[in-house]
Amino acid sequence: MKIRLSFVDLLISLLTIIVAATWVFPLYWTVVTTLKPEYEVVAPGVHLLPENPTLAGYIFVLDHTIIGQWYVNSLVTAGTVTFLVILLSAGCAYAISQLNFPGRRLLYGIIVASFMVPIPALIVSHFVLMNDFGLINRWGGIILPQLISPIAVMVYKQFFDAIPKEFREAAVVDGAGEFNIFLRIFVPMTWGVTAALAIYTFILTWNNFLWPFLVATSDTSMTVPVGIVQVHEAFGVQYARNLAGAVLAALPVAAAYLIFQRRVTEAVMLSAGIKG
Amino acid sequence: MNTADVASPRRRPLRREAADNRTTIARRSGALPVLVFVAPFVIAYCVLFLYPTLNMIELSFTDAPLIGAGKWIGWRNYQRLLGDRLFTESVVHTLYFVALTVVPNTALGLIFAMMVVRLKGWLQSIVLACFFLPYILPSSVVTLLWGWMLDFQFGIAQYPISWIVGSRVSVFRDPIWAMPMVAFVTIWWTNGFNVLLFIAGLRNISPELYDAAAVDGAGRWRQFRSITWPLVWPVTVLVLTFQLIIQLKIFDQVYLLTQGGPFNSTYVVVQYIYKQAFTLNKGGYGATVALFLFAMIAVLSVIQLQILRTREAK
Repeated sequence: MKIRLSFVDLLISLLTIIVAATWVFPLYWTVVTTLKPEYEVVAPGVHLLPENPTLAGYIFVLDHTIIGQWYVNSLVTAGTVTFLVILLSAGCAYAISQLNFPGRRLLYGIIVASFMVPIPALIVSHFVLMNDFGLINRWGGIILPQLISPIAVMVYKQFFDAIPKEFREAAVVDGAGEFNIFLRIFVPMTWGVTAALAIYTFILTWNNFLWPFLVATSDTSMTVPVGIVQVHEAFGVQYARNLAGAVLAALPVAAAYLIFQRRVTEAVMLSAGIKG
Repeated sequence: MNTADVASPRRRPLRREAADNRTTIARRSGALPVLVFVAPFVIAYCVLFLYPTLNMIELSFTDAPLIGAGKWIGWRNYQRLLGDRLFTESVVHTLYFVALTVVPNTALGLIFAMMVVRLKGWLQSIVLACFFLPYILPSSVVTLLWGWMLDFQFGIAQYPISWIVGSRVSVFRDPIWAMPMVAFVTIWWTNGFNVLLFIAGLRNISPELYDAAAVDGAGRWRQFRSITWPLVWPVTVLVLTFQLIIQLKIFDQVYLLTQGGPFNSTYVVVQYIYKQAFTLNKGGYGATVALFLFAMIAVLSVIQLQILRTREAK
């Protein structure tokens, strides 16, 4: 009985590995394709490894597009959004969690409710607003509408609430001001949350397509995920090149995930309201 | 992770709110710190969220172009919605897409999560990474990747397709295949998120329950029905709710894979907002469609949550 059971277990484990390998295969296949010369890409049959590995696809993308500029745009905008979201959310959550002021509960109620509003529904008025600000095709235009992040406030508030109030009371007795309490106690005690939220926010902002696609239409102001689609349109079916662009666009987020795997999973669960 | 605490996202904060009234220090804080902490966020929120939302409502009553002022035309945009065929079609297609993704994506997430939690150590990390990696990719990368996988002439996915249906299929140019394939790509892309949430839910179930059930002679299926399914239900509700909201907002995949074609068979609501406002320069009407989307998401997610809650009570 016992042996039969473990045989079934082994079978399920084997099946799991096969399914997981199949699931990730498109990623492998994409990367392999980018390393093949164009004639091998369209060769009949399935070749799991390139016969004549080449970086021609990547070199073509680097030579014929301004992907360097797109990279700068993406890094600056995603970096700024991340920094500001963390700063604004932590500050606001601290006040809601620890300070007493009129309208505190109303403010939090509005933030929670805004979680329901679909951001894509706001594209029209966001575009009008950014146009009024003169920020079309500018970094600022890409950044500003992406600063709305009720989830970060909710996560921070949850963690600030959980910090024992003895810490704060002791600091108040010692005569510390609010800024000191925030910077010396609450921020250091939640570094893990900050790291997780920052990495996750960066990944999501880097990946965002719809808004940058609308507001950054000039060649020089595009972000990487928007730019690589233009590579596709400009060069037609040259798969090694198109996919090389895609791999370059995915590289920073894939690297961020693989390096900070646990932080990312933590952030996903936090943003879903599950304590990691 | 062992102390995972799961609840529906909207119920949670309210309960907390009640709890923290007791813990808040009674004295009123000085005005300056409050201002410094709250003002930046509140200003950003008002300018980037509240104002645009109100502005959208106002726009929906005008014939404004995308940029520039328009005339007040009352309910005419709303009346126009009713008789607009492409709009009605885009709503139907969006609902079709939701039907194709929400439940399958949730079910698959639970199945994969159950497969992952059985494993141990590095094998578990690798398998989990395989399932999760697609989720962190930009939509344009995902669509380029599947455009290549499903390429009519050279795509490797055409092998399984021709085994099943007997011939190659140009999936994104075929009105019958297009939407299910967009749904398939979406599931591949977003499933990792669901897997993670279900893993948290599964780890929260005490292993002793399974041991006890095994002693009582309960088989795998029986254990799933009596232990896993009921105890993971709160996470299932959470995942279904997220899925519904996310999938109703579909744009990227459709725009990048099919542009809404062939013969508008994959035209969806956000794409219609885009078309009206940005291609046809009808900001007012675009805002009306956007408000409709907003209402649709609110109404459907409340209905779904009600249905799921009733099931929970039984």
